[in-house]
Amino acid sequence: MSSFRIFDIAGSAMSAQSARLNTVASNLANADAVSGNPDDVYKARLPVFKTINEPGNRDSAGVQVLGIVENQAAPAKRYEPGNPIADADGYVYAPNVNVVEEMVNMISASRSYQSSVDVMNTAKDLAMRTLTLGK
Amino acid sequence: MAIDNVTFGIQEQALQVQRRRLELIAANIANADTPGFQARDIDFRKVLESAQKSAISPGAMTQTLSSATPQYRTALQPAVDGNTVDVQVEQGQFADATLRYQASLSFLDSRIKSLITALTGQ
Repeated sequence: MSSFRIFDIAGSAMSAQSARLNTVASNLANADAVSGNPDDVYKARLPVFKTINEPGNRDSAGVQVLGIVENQAAPAKRYEPGNPIADADGYVYAPNVNVVEEMVNMISASRSYQSSVDVMNTAKDLAMRTLTLGK
Repeated sequence: MAIDNVTFGIQEQALQVQRRRLELIAANIANADTPGFQARDIDFRKVLESAQKSAISPGAMTQTLSSATPQYRTALQPAVDGNTVDVQVEQGQFADATLRYQASLSFLDSRIKSLITALTGQ
């Protein structure tokens, strides 16, 4: 009997959501890191989630981070001739990080993480009760 | 062992089905943010009804119960990315499955306690 795969499933969700929180932290940290070259500027990073499908088990479906992709939207161009890293025309390029989007992402990731923690706690209680059956 | 079905009745199988439900719902909650994921669950009532109809012996009923196929949940608010997980619904169903699991556990527990009382004679 596969006993309590819930721990694996909820654990995979927690690690995926923490990867998402990591990208949010990284994006927010670099939100104001301007560059004088549009190719060098930081690009917002996004995790790609995918369901883990185990061939032998049709019930189990954890989640995994397939990879981190960079947002390919063009960086914001700002005219700041006083900036020491501005290019020849006086422009600097700001990362395509949308701070509001990142905050929403952070809240969503945090809620999902909490849900998984709750699931795991409940599973633990049930497992403990099952172990003490008849005592 | 022949005594199993008589001693514990349907509770043992009910426990298995609810545990599978818990796993499925945990998977649904885990994939709440996965694009294209479709939530699944087991309808215990339907499974039990079909098991009772087809069963010729308690053993056959066990087979039907443990091989119940999960079904896709009808989405209340499907997302644009094809995800049909509604976390609130899933949490409610998880609580429901937890309660039913614990109910089965309680029945099993009291059955075991009765047996112990009968064995020890005190």
